[in-house]
Amino acid sequence: MAHLAFIGKRLWQLLPVLFGITLVVFFMIHLIPGDPAATLLGNRSTPQAVAALRQQFGLDEPLYRQYLTFLGRIAHGDLGSSFVYKSPVRGLVEGRISSTLWLLAAGALFSLLLSVPLAVLAASRKDAVRDQAVRIVPLIGLGMPAVWVGLMLQLFFALKLGLFPVSGFGSTVVEHAQSIVLPATTVAVALAPILVRSLRTSLLEVLDSDYVLTARAKGISRSRLLLHHALRNAAVSSVTVLGVNIAYLVGATVIVERVFALPGLGTLMLDSIYSRDFPVVQGVVIVIAVLVVLVNLATDLAHASLDPRVGVER
Amino acid sequence: MTAVVDRPALEPADPAIVAVAPRRKRLNPTLIAGLTLLGLLVLAAVCAPLLTSYDPTAQDLSGSLASPGGKHLLGTDQLGRDVLSRLLYGARTDLRVGLLAVLFPFVIGSTLGLIVGFRGGWLDTIVMRLVDMVVAFPFYVLIIALVFVLGPGTRNIYIAITAVGWVAYCRIVRGEVLVAKSQEYMLAARAAGVPTWRLLLRHLLPNVIMQAIVFSMSDIVLSILAIVTLGYLGLGVPPPSPDWGAMIADGQQFLLDKWWLTTIPGLAVVVTGLGLSLLGDGIVERVKQT
Repeated sequence: MAHLAFIGKRLWQLLPVLFGITLVVFFMIHLIPGDPAATLLGNRSTPQAVAALRQQFGLDEPLYRQYLTFLGRIAHGDLGSSFVYKSPVRGLVEGRISSTLWLLAAGALFSLLLSVPLAVLAASRKDAVRDQAVRIVPLIGLGMPAVWVGLMLQLFFALKLGLFPVSGFGSTVVEHAQSIVLPATTVAVALAPILVRSLRTSLLEVLDSDYVLTARAKGISRSRLLLHHALRNAAVSSVTVLGVNIAYLVGATVIVERVFALPGLGTLMLDSIYSRDFPVVQGVVIVIAVLVVLVNLATDLAHASLDPRVGVER
Repeated sequence: MTAVVDRPALEPADPAIVAVAPRRKRLNPTLIAGLTLLGLLVLAAVCAPLLTSYDPTAQDLSGSLASPGGKHLLGTDQLGRDVLSRLLYGARTDLRVGLLAVLFPFVIGSTLGLIVGFRGGWLDTIVMRLVDMVVAFPFYVLIIALVFVLGPGTRNIYIAITAVGWVAYCRIVRGEVLVAKSQEYMLAARAAGVPTWRLLLRHLLPNVIMQAIVFSMSDIVLSILAIVTLGYLGLGVPPPSPDWGAMIADGQQFLLDKWWLTTIPGLAVVVTGLGLSLLGDGIVERVKQT
């Protein structure tokens, strides 16, 4: 019952956030200096085109009417029409979202595969040489630009060793899987410093808890203690930490897609920025923000099902 | 009246003091390493004209893509520009923009956090809902979108990073204020009739700002990464100003044969990030010690 109440409460909390997202994206067009229509059209600008664009965005209407119209369109799944592709933005987004989701899932998985062993290694002996060595990882990793990490991986594993494709997404599932390894590793390297730090701290907390002390007193070996008791509880922390950093993860995928020429939402957004295709940029930003909110919700629900105390606590 | 409650005088005979005193004097290797690394970087950026005689924007197409060594220590790029000069002058650009891009969110976010945390009520509700709206967006997505709508240029990078970055400081300082405002020293100051502005600036601020300062160290790293990423995407510091991100992007097409064109500016970012992270960790250690 407490879980159902938690889920209901969490869904209810989504509404103001979604409302906020539409508000921020709506006001983006009003941040454009000068006449937004003329600025957006750039060298495509003609009096007719400017008038048509002003009508499309309702720029002559009062602000609240513009927002209500915008909200009504979004509620019906209408993200507008692309200037460049001359087609609905929704269709463009639907065509690109799969590679972004691939990268998100593989990036999250690789991040955990990289971070959990390092965090376990560090927490197994606090302040020992291995702990100190692992603590250097976040120090160096935090300052590594994702674009550069991606290029270095391309250089060694694709160009020099030929193990993976340099760029692109392929057309079959096997090619998708091969193409996603280097981008997902790049995302993992960007996220790992944050995850390692948080996981190490939560593992050390678990190892200091009373039930671990009791297990120790019963004579359970250190490795069994770590793997069967501490790590199982730290799995909950892994999900939470990943959930907290999901926005960072999604942000990293946008950049990484560009480096590896993956045909995802990030590449669509950046291509549209270069061609000043405002409706597409606006549509992608909304979709990405909603994606972050939904993944956050999913991790919260996963956390609630992994940890029975969650529903009761909140 | 000082903000921090005076500690009772320490008695030399107390054995705890004997144990504590040497710890305070202990050198903090993390802080020293961070300061040294960052100091060297700043020194190299400031002394760029002394370390290289080449103009970072001067093109020499006949000498393009020269390998490291000889006249050009780190070689030249596709337009024949000296890579070392661009690296050193790029440090000037990226460090300056990175620091300033954190200063504005720090001041705005901390001020707002201080006020709304202290006042509470409807102002707090509005600001915190605004915070919720901004954090729903991935950092890079919102910054890139804002730079797109505002147009390229350093000023707009500051605006975009400030528009996104203030929320973290606001949350941190507000959280600290909520705890601090019910502390005895605050209640005492209030009871003594200290004016609100003095209460905020002299009593509350010094006690709540430390966490924000510590966070700003890692935020500078993120800010520099953002500037480098924007530069790589062609949305950063406008050319021909040297910038590490643009250098990485320029070298990408020659990645296999001229790998150093991409590797060297990336390493410069890593070293800068390491210096700032060490400095941040060193400050945290220092705060914990005192």
